[in-house]
Order: sequence, then structure tokens, then C-alpha cells
Amino acid sequence: MEGTLNLVGYGLSAIGPAIATGMIFAAYISGVARQPEARSVLQPIAFLGFALAEALALFGLVLAFVL
Amino acid sequence: MRSLFRLSGEGEGFVPPSSNDFELPPVFGDNAFTTKPIILIFLSVILVSIFFLLSSRKAAVVPSKLQFAGESIYSFVRNDLGRDIIGHEFMRFVPYLFTLFTFVLTNNIFGIVPFLQFPTMSRVSFPYVLAVFTFVVFHYVGIRKQGIVKYLKDIMFMPGVPKPVYILLTPIELATFFLVRPLTLSLRLFANMFAGHLLLLVFILGGEHLFQGVLGLKLISPFAFAFGIGLTFFEFMVQCLQAYIFTLLTALYIAGALADEH
Repeated sequence: MEGTLNLVGYGLSAIGPAIATGMIFAAYISGVARQPEARSVLQPIAFLGFALAEALALFGLVLAFVL
Repeated sequence: MRSLFRLSGEGEGFVPPSSNDFELPPVFGDNAFTTKPIILIFLSVILVSIFFLLSSRKAAVVPSKLQFAGESIYSFVRNDLGRDIIGHEFMRFVPYLFTLFTFVLTNNIFGIVPFLQFPTMSRVSFPYVLAVFTFVVFHYVGIRKQGIVKYLKDIMFMPGVPKPVYILLTPIELATFFLVRPLTLSLRLFANMFAGHLLLLVFILGGEHLFQGVLGLKLISPFAFAFGIGLTFFEFMVQCLQAYIFTLLTALYIAGALADEH
């Protein structure tokens, strides 16, 4: 087995963004389910939030390779 | 520890696929410009051009199947990504969004096309260049629309925030607009394609390795291949989704730069 502790650390650090992404889309889905016409308003907000949350996971990925 | 993973009785153990598998040698001789990703990226340009030239050549009121396919993709980008997100000025940006979407989609799907089987975007330099295009486009649009002073002021000093908060908010906003956005845009695409290709390699090469083992392992290897096939369909979904997200975020950034207040 090869690899470094970096990858374990990356796995741990990805938990946070994973939960965040799940919560963002859960809120988006329930928002659209309650008010389908709000979809076009909610979609950009949801995806911007998702992009921001995933940015943190990507930082972790970069650091896992760089450090 | 290593002996646990030595599955085939004798011979060397299983070598897991790594990032070295992405560094392919030149196809023609020693010419460093003819590696597989570069050939694929030119191939994608040719394929996309031919497809849309053919599908729009004989435009008719009652569309042929090809024309229908081409127009569905176009109207998807124009309506769902352009009109709904950018708003009334969207027609200026549809050519860019459409090119971006079809280009990224084709290059991603190369990852599961038999014999090609390499997602071009899993080499990080290609997504970097695409992200630079988007970066230049959305800043240029914002500066043209609002003037450079007002544009930077809107980024740095978001209206409606108490003054002391600016100490925290201004660096974060600056980093978001000039560093985080282009970087994450490219890394998201790269990381998804890289991880997806690696995943397929693990299952297919693992299945092949199991097949060379003793009888019990030979019986297991079809499951690895079946998983590999299942994951190929999953990859197809991810590839389409990433092309969509790349274009969607580009449209969102352009819309944000065009909006009067952030």
C-alpha cells in the first residue's frame, strides 16, 4: 500500500463540503417543491452556494497534492 | 502489508493506477505536440463543427432528425443557460456559452468513447485556459457596463454592510472574484474528469488483474467488469453535468457582472 496521510486528511476535509452541498440542494429542492415558480430565482443562488462550498473541497484537493 | 495485495500467486502485485497514467507519450515519433490529449482536442473541434454544420445546413420548417438534435442542444443553452440566467442582454453571450458547452461536453465524453477513452479535461492545462477565457469575459463585461471604478467599488465595498465588516469582507470578496472563481472553475472540471477516469481505470484494470489470478479470483473478476460498465454510465452522467455546471457558472458570473448591484 502506498500513499500519504495527505489523502486521509483530504478525505476528512471533504466531509464538510459534502454535508454543505447536501444541505444547499436539500434547501433548493424543498424551496422549489413548495413554490415551483420560484425555481428560476432559486437556481442561481443554489448553484452559487454550491460552487462556493465545493471550492473548499477543491482547496483541500489541491493541498493534498501540494503539501 | 504488500503481501495482502499480491493476488496472483507468483509475478508482481497489482499496480494501482496513478496520476502517471495520465502522462501519455507522443503518438507520432518524438513530437511533443502530438500527445493524445492534443489530438483529441483538435478532434473535438472538428467533430463539433461538422455536427453543427450538417445539422444546420438544410434548415427546414419541419426539421430532420439531425436538425432537431442540433436545435435541441442550441435551444437548451440559449434558453436555460442564457435567457433564464443572464436576462435581457443574453443574446450577446449565447455564442460563447454555446461554444463552451459543446466543446467541454465533447471533450468530456471522449472519456467513455471506445478507443479514445481519455477525457481531455483531465489534463489540468485545458480547463485553466477555458477558465481564463471566462475570467476575461466576465470582468471585461462588468468593466464595460459599469466603468472600472464603480465595478471595483461594487466588488470591494458591497453596499448595505456596516463599515467595520469591510475589514473582513473586502479581502474575501477580492479573493473570490480574482482568484477563487477562475481557480475553482477549472479545478472542478479537472478534478471530476481526473477522478472519474481513475475510477474507471481501477475497476477495469483491477478486473483484468483478478482474471489472471487463481480460479476463485477469476470468478470474481466479472463483478469488477460489471461495476466498471455501471460506472461508465455514471461517468457519462458526471461528464454531462460538469459541462453543464461549467457553462452555468460562466453564465452566472456574467450575469453578476452585468447586474447593477451585487
